[in-house]
Amino acid sequence: MARSMLIISRQSPWAGPSAREALDIVLAGGAFELPLGLLFLDDGVFQLVGSQRAASVEQKDLTANLQALPLFGVDALFAARRSLAERNLDESSLALSVEVLDDAGLSALINRYDHVITI
Amino acid sequence: MKFAIALFAPPHSPAARRALRFAEATLAGGHEIVRLFFYQDGVHSASANSVAAQDELDVAAEWSRFVSANQLDGVVCIAAGLRRGVLDAGEAQRYQRPAANLAAGWELSGLGQLHEAAQQADRLVCFGGH
Repeated sequence: MARSMLIISRQSPWAGPSAREALDIVLAGGAFELPLGLLFLDDGVFQLVGSQRAASVEQKDLTANLQALPLFGVDALFAARRSLAERNLDESSLALSVEVLDDAGLSALINRYDHVITI
Repeated sequence: MKFAIALFAPPHSPAARRALRFAEATLAGGHEIVRLFFYQDGVHSASANSVAAQDELDVAAEWSRFVSANQLDGVVCIAAGLRRGVLDAGEAQRYQRPAANLAAGWELSGLGQLHEAAQQADRLVCFGGH
């Protein structure tokens, strides 16, 4: 059986290439139909905010790529409740459909995967 | 045990040195390295153009020697490398850049190589993630 991998994306979309490069790992694995999960943690939850004006900082908007993840066979998408709350982001108005997990849920999630990459 | 080792941090970071020493210890302990994979700023440790002061550790040179001497499968992510100016001769020619700087022992390839290594390895050990 294929080994599963959880990618934990911890950087905001405007903090350099990390958000993009975490997503690229997920997309590459999706192409091989591997069992993957993607968790947005800490500043990574800023990737879930809609209506971003990435062009104003001469960047590309990742939102459309994130929304396409289920098309690539990746629908195990998670966000940390504490990270959202700390940044005053509303769970019900995110640009991506994610399962929001509390601290105990995060711990259980990470334990479920064979490999974990944090970027 | 089979290890896949990934490096995400730049050559001057503590993580780059720790990854190198971990890789050496892996072989010294009789284990196997199925692949080394450099991603994000880790690609700079596969540049032949970095210069360390004489009395400082030259991580990139040590990596190159280590990979070559042990005939390891050393992969640098091509997209991350292009973004940061780590090119082999083929990519330098393709994008009309004046020089190739990928150190001996390494090859440029895609992220599929990271996934393949993770499938083959008992442990994926990452250095320098956030």
